[in-house]
Amino acid sequence: MLELILFYTFGTIAVVSAILVITRHNVVHSAAFLGATLFAVAGIFLTLHAEFLAGVQVIVYVGGILVLFVFVIMLIAVERSVHERQYNRQWRIALITSAILIVEIAYGLYRGRDSLILPPFVAPPVAAAAAGNSEQVGTALYTSYLLPFEIASILLLVAIVGAVVLAKRRTPAED
Amino acid sequence: MVTTFHYLLLGAALFTIGVIGVLTRRNIMIILMSIELMMNAVNINLIAFSNRLQQVTGQVFAIFVITVAAAEAAVGLGIVIAMFKNKETMNVNEIDLMKW
Repeated sequence: MLELILFYTFGTIAVVSAILVITRHNVVHSAAFLGATLFAVAGIFLTLHAEFLAGVQVIVYVGGILVLFVFVIMLIAVERSVHERQYNRQWRIALITSAILIVEIAYGLYRGRDSLILPPFVAPPVAAAAAGNSEQVGTALYTSYLLPFEIASILLLVAIVGAVVLAKRRTPAED
Repeated sequence: MVTTFHYLLLGAALFTIGVIGVLTRRNIMIILMSIELMMNAVNINLIAFSNRLQQVTGQVFAIFVITVAAAEAAVGLGIVIAMFKNKETMNVNEIDLMKW
């Protein structure tokens, strides 16, 4: 019963704030609601017993990416874009495409519904029960997935250098 | 009782909201935020199946998705700043330099 209440609370917060993210005119409000969505998704991770991922979600997404967004919003003028037209001219086509996507996903979920019901109770293996979630993730990350882990670190390095190069490039007027 | 199906529905809802945001908004910041929403939806699905199958692989994959999201946000926001220096706009309809 408790997990049902938690799921619906976090799920409602996530979906409602996500809708507000894409409908607000002011970008700062959108960023704030994005933060609410990210926190709610961290709560969803907690209900799925992924405690390490919940912590990573809060630290990396809310503490890193969202702050980066707010910094960029601060650097560029917000006032003018609030009064501009907010939606594309092709929004009708976009909504039709999205409706097709919704129908497709709903059909796939409906057909696979029987195989997606959680069994009432899955007893974890003894070794897995002894180790905590962070320990399990860390062990998998540093043994089976060591190469992808190193590649991810190189990807981050490339992204840092790329972002600096892009943001520091001089405009023709300055030359 | 909460089943994997519930989590998949939540993920599908968040993903669709992200798609609608990318397709309909003109502000590039909100388009980037919608992409983050879609990545979160994917993460919910990965972790739901990680819980369903009692395997930690889904969570490891979710960590990689978060890494890619961080890299994407850094590069995307760098592009936004470079673009704003050149064109003084956040409107994607006015970025048509490479449009045929």
